[in-house]
Amino acid sequence: MDKTKTTELDNVVVRFSGDSGDGMQLTGTLFSNLSAILGNEISTFPDFPSEIRAPLGTIGGVSGFQVHLGSSKIYTPGDDADVLVAMNPAALKVNASSVKKGGIIIFDTDSFEKSDLDKAGFKTDNPFMELGISDATQLIPAALSSLTQNSLDGFGLDNKTVLRSKNMFSLGLICWLFNRPIDQAIHFLENKFGKKPDLLHANVKVLTDGYNYGNNLHLTISTFIVEKSHETPKGTYTSISGNKATAWGLIAASQKSGLQLFLGSYPITPATDIMHELALRKDMGVKVVQAEDEIAGITSAIGASFAGSLAATNTSGPGLALKSEAIGLAVMAELPLVIIDVMRGGPSTGLPTKTEQTDLLQALYGRNGESPAVVMAASTPADCFHFAFMASKIALEHMTPVILLTDAFIGNGTSLWKLPTLAELPGIYPNYTKKGMEDVKVTSRDEETKVRYWSIPGTEGFGHRNGGLEKDYYTGAISTDPENHQKMVDTRAEKIKNISQFLPDLVIEGSDEADLLVIGWGGTHGHLMSAVQSMNKKGNKIALAHFNYINPLPKNTIEVIQRYKKVVVCELNSGQFATYLRSNVPAVEFLQHNKVQGQPFTVAELEECFENLLK
Amino acid sequence: METKETTIQYTAKDFKSDQYVRWCPGCGDYAVLNSLQKVMADLGVAPHDTAVISGIGCSSRLPYYTSSYGFHTIHGRGAAVATGVKVANPKLSVWQITGDGDCLAIGGNHFIHSVRRNVDINVLLFNNQIYGLTKGQYSPTTKKGYVTKSSPFGTVERPFRPAELTFGARGTFFARLLDVDLKNSQTAILAAARHKGTSVVECLVNCVIFNDGAHGWLAEKETRSDRLILLEHGKPMIFGKEANKGLVLDGFNLKVVTIGQNGITEADILVHDAACQDTTLQMKLALMEGPEFPIAVGVIRDVEEETYDAAVETQIAEVQAKSKVKTFDDLIATCEKWEM
Repeated sequence: MDKTKTTELDNVVVRFSGDSGDGMQLTGTLFSNLSAILGNEISTFPDFPSEIRAPLGTIGGVSGFQVHLGSSKIYTPGDDADVLVAMNPAALKVNASSVKKGGIIIFDTDSFEKSDLDKAGFKTDNPFMELGISDATQLIPAALSSLTQNSLDGFGLDNKTVLRSKNMFSLGLICWLFNRPIDQAIHFLENKFGKKPDLLHANVKVLTDGYNYGNNLHLTISTFIVEKSHETPKGTYTSISGNKATAWGLIAASQKSGLQLFLGSYPITPATDIMHELALRKDMGVKVVQAEDEIAGITSAIGASFAGSLAATNTSGPGLALKSEAIGLAVMAELPLVIIDVMRGGPSTGLPTKTEQTDLLQALYGRNGESPAVVMAASTPADCFHFAFMASKIALEHMTPVILLTDAFIGNGTSLWKLPTLAELPGIYPNYTKKGMEDVKVTSRDEETKVRYWSIPGTEGFGHRNGGLEKDYYTGAISTDPENHQKMVDTRAEKIKNISQFLPDLVIEGSDEADLLVIGWGGTHGHLMSAVQSMNKKGNKIALAHFNYINPLPKNTIEVIQRYKKVVVCELNSGQFATYLRSNVPAVEFLQHNKVQGQPFTVAELEECFENLLK
Repeated sequence: METKETTIQYTAKDFKSDQYVRWCPGCGDYAVLNSLQKVMADLGVAPHDTAVISGIGCSSRLPYYTSSYGFHTIHGRGAAVATGVKVANPKLSVWQITGDGDCLAIGGNHFIHSVRRNVDINVLLFNNQIYGLTKGQYSPTTKKGYVTKSSPFGTVERPFRPAELTFGARGTFFARLLDVDLKNSQTAILAAARHKGTSVVECLVNCVIFNDGAHGWLAEKETRSDRLILLEHGKPMIFGKEANKGLVLDGFNLKVVTIGQNGITEADILVHDAACQDTTLQMKLALMEGPEFPIAVGVIRDVEEETYDAAVETQIAEVQAKSKVKTFDDLIATCEKWEM
């Protein structure tokens, strides 16, 4: 072997990029899982266009998958890439500016012909020079298409199938570059193609040839080693996407509460994977109704909740808008309901596959009347599990709709997840009516928590009439009495406010004495945490307060925020959480750092922002 | 799944709530409410196993007046809520109360899809051809040219015919009743309750305030039997005060004939087949209009097909029988996992 050197890295970012049909998502997933099994921390982020198959080789059709591996704690899929795999010139063009100086670009020379360059809008025959790619960048040209064709010569596969396997060649090359044994990758392929032995053999052959090709390149290029992470708490792990974790959180809550899980849903990017995951789980008795529209998605769920199920609906921003009136019904009828909004770029259809945090005010206030609902947000792919579980627990125990905000970034991204057991999860105890309470009315409630009693249809003696009209506090009969309406409005508000007693306190990362408090919420946690830690390593004093519970806020919120002289709220919108905090913590001046580009923050831009604020 | 019919003898009173009924005096909804409570008693399903779901509108107040588990929801969405209730707990007997605006305008989408899925719910569609609660605007079933507050010069819209929508959405059950025709109303509602699947009962009801006499042509007692035909499965389609008029096919069309004239005998009269899968003749019967034809009441279509809620249960049972995943911990065990 002619490898000149191996470099040991603490962490590395690899981006796979090609046409939407090039199999980049699969390649990236295999590589990240492979790395996780070898003990690395991982975080991934797919970035794909909303067109399923845009014209081949064009900028619009570029699909990417970024993996961040580390030997220490990793919070994000990384900003710029150390290694870019570009399957065509369009992929190169889209990603060139986000390759680190001195990084590596592997590209398919077979796809860099004149016609390919034209399709990507290059004017010259040297795309690297045209893009101003620095000389320090190391290029690994490989004729991926023809090498794959050679590799599969004699397999009797049609050319289309053969070319579809070229992503395995690139995976093989990457495995070589990172000194990954390919046995484990082969094992993954066996799981994926086990039922199609022809395809399995072909993919394994191409993968192996790709790996050997790297070995025989005699390149004066350094290969990398990313050591095992020793910062990860010991345990059994898997890699999970936020959407899958959300679905599983609901399932766990269903099992823990002993209630059947019902999902009413309508397909919408980027939330649909939650429905896919739950539709698979008929073995656990999950009922999924793919409704005729968003409104039927939520109203069928409200029906199921009325009938005694743990009911949920999932959507994205446009769907949440359509569900507004029905959320109001759940507020008024005081029925448990989990509404998951996987936020995407808006307004209107907006940027369906891109990430944003622009639905916060819609979730908080987007309903007619005084209509308080619980609003919370998950912050990583893996903790979507915890927060979907907690959203269910709060909905069931407090008889209220709960809106759980996730986003395209954490919904589609993956992170390491320490596998839980059902036993270690907290219990869920709805406020049911019991025998002997037959005189309760539909509005009868625990006077301390203001949570009304839940009577399930089919139970003798507890028949009642619920609905969207205002009800008398004492009798439950419909009422337009002015004083009563005030009392009911106040009661519903107090019920939600009281939930803060059951929430964990806000925890600050960093010192009480910090010069700057950074505030974030939801899916930006990884980037904010990385930036704050990195700045503090350089000797700065910055603290981070990251919110998962938004309405109600954790009970120590005001006290904590008021400790700091300078406070900046960072979010992927124009300042929605800052606006909300100003009305809740009026004594504090909130600075803002905002970005609305359909993309997550980068750690670098955050550090720059914090540096400026500390000047 | 079977709803729980018990052997306890209920009376209509068991299904009356303590709420004062607040429809306008003379409203046709009273008659249907009474028929419904009588049927609920005859059906033998306990009040606590009965769920009555409605949207918004005059008729949608009905759940407040029945003793059961009632839910007065939001405009147009009753069908979707009822679908959720039935799928969540197929043992409940689920009724959806709706009007022509609630069901066919704002709720049109939910209506056709619940019919298409054949969810086992009983839909009482109160058709008074007007918006009553909002005080008199034309509805999707208002006759063309009718003057209302929102059509001061007469509507220029073509109305829906609920039977056509139901058949178009592949409905398995359609019946029609006239509010004042109590005996036949109960028969139709009971048949709807017994039918497995979405049972649509178009209730022709009179709005005394905003559309009085919309069905008046039918309602007058002395001429009713000439203007209305009760369709009963397996029986000849005979009507009229003298019971001497009948329906026959003339080419592809229906024709009213008189028994005893032109050599027509009872044997020539069509026999109603509500269980026929093909909707052609049922559609013609459902769409008959006066004065040339009598209006059809009774059960026009009643065919058996698997219900959505039962299919959901069956599929779950099939998957459960094959899958090793029974608990959350089993599910976790399916993960590709590694030690760190």
